[in-house]
Amino acid sequence: MEDYIIKVEDLTVAYEKKPVLWDIDLEIPSGTLMAIVGPNGAGKSTLIKTMLNLIKPVAGRISFWGNPYEKELKRIAYVPQRGSVDWDFPTNVFDVVMMGRYGNLGWFKRPEKIDKELTMEAIEKVGMTEFAKRQISQLSGGQQQRVFLARALVQDAEIYFMDEPFQGVDAKTEEAIIGLLKDLRSNGKTVVVVHHDLQTVPKYFDWVTLLNMQILGVGPVEDVFTDENIRKTYITRN
Amino acid sequence: MNFLYDILLDHTLITVGLGSAIFGIISGVLGTYAVLRKQSLIGDAVSHAALPGICIIFLITGTKETSLFLIGALISGIIASSVIMYITNVSKIKYDSSLGMVLSVFFGLGLVLLTYIQKIPNANQAGLERFLFGQASTLLKFDVKIMAIVGLLVVFITSLLWKEFKLLCFNSEFGASLGFPIKKLDFLLTGLLVVSIVMGLQTVGVILMSSMIIAPAVAARQWTDKLWLMMILSALFGSISGITGTLISFFVPKMPTGPIIVVVMSAITFISILFAPNRGTIWKIIRDRKNEENINNYVLLAEDRK
Repeated sequence: MEDYIIKVEDLTVAYEKKPVLWDIDLEIPSGTLMAIVGPNGAGKSTLIKTMLNLIKPVAGRISFWGNPYEKELKRIAYVPQRGSVDWDFPTNVFDVVMMGRYGNLGWFKRPEKIDKELTMEAIEKVGMTEFAKRQISQLSGGQQQRVFLARALVQDAEIYFMDEPFQGVDAKTEEAIIGLLKDLRSNGKTVVVVHHDLQTVPKYFDWVTLLNMQILGVGPVEDVFTDENIRKTYITRN
Repeated sequence: MNFLYDILLDHTLITVGLGSAIFGIISGVLGTYAVLRKQSLIGDAVSHAALPGICIIFLITGTKETSLFLIGALISGIIASSVIMYITNVSKIKYDSSLGMVLSVFFGLGLVLLTYIQKIPNANQAGLERFLFGQASTLLKFDVKIMAIVGLLVVFITSLLWKEFKLLCFNSEFGASLGFPIKKLDFLLTGLLVVSIVMGLQTVGVILMSSMIIAPAVAARQWTDKLWLMMILSALFGSISGITGTLISFFVPKMPTGPIIVVVMSAITFISILFAPNRGTIWKIIRDRKNEENINNYVLLAEDRK
């Protein structure tokens, strides 16, 4: 039977008393490529940030392989939204990707040869080798996204959380990214993606979570991603 | 030659110059982080907020000791920055608004107290006004020693926590997901900034402090795309301004050290914004014009071919 490695139970999150997520129950099996879809303001980013221990829930439990996040954080990677950082920060592609190694390095330690090699490998995987020394302010949107993806790859995790990795990227990058995500899945990794484009869900993903403050469906795309469920999810809530 | 020799050995000049230079390095290093985190105005808030602390210490103790004043400044600076954080956390008021509000309330209170103090007989001797615009010439050897210790501490912590601070400034959420205690790092960095600002009050004063935090970093950013180089340049600009300002105020009569330091720093920043390669305004104008010419030539060529 399926082996659920991520479990969310009775999760409620509120900003200033206004609930954003209400009584979420979610179980994600190992080796899936899952989309979280829902309208704007449905709480998609909030859900993954809460799972990553970045937002404190009002109630509920989250576990990875039966443990809290802090115990398993080295096996979990995160790709934040591209727009969440200042791309005029004085640094280059190589340095940003290297940040993915910081967790493994631990306090005070400087990157060593092996970290540099792993970083270059990840940069190569996303097709950015010739841009390794490029200032990040000179990257296109698609290139920025590839850099963020490489930073998560270099973490060498089991579970990957990605917040809108296809936001504002060119078609070629989108194709490259989905190729990499499918590779991760074939290697037994679990990938959870906040996704916007309903049309590409069946093509890209094998699992889906429909979210609008509450969960309106979780499971394999062919079972859950029905017209009726989608309609229920996108009905505006007053 | 004798003249030069005298200058180099002038005790006050050495003390003041050294103090200003060390403070320039510290503000350059910490200002780099503040500017990159878009928190450059925190220096303004903390320094303005220091004034009531200084006045209250005087009213309570009647002291003339600088170190006591600075403890008062530190306490009210910490209170002010905590109030700013608190307001931003519990209400919908944005960071800049709450900062502006707290800054003016604290500074207003400070001015009220200062006016009151000046009417007390003998209070003028305490020389509290020196904290408004700074009076570097009152720096003592002891003050410079403290500055040197804080300076070494700042450099030591920054190099020890280099990658942790970089994560904090560039992408704190990602840093938190890696398990780094981002809130504690934030607290440490802000704490260092508050301590340094308070220490620099005697040199540049409450009102001009923010330019010492912002200007070196802004100038340095113009010349480089590397964080470490930006920080070194920023420290260099800060200390050059400190030394130049001290020298000018020593040889030109009636020139106040603090404001001169700030004017020199501003000149460096102005030049950097205009003339730095790549990021400089003039450079950009030239590049745009070249691009336009290229495009025009291309269009002309294309038309010729028709």
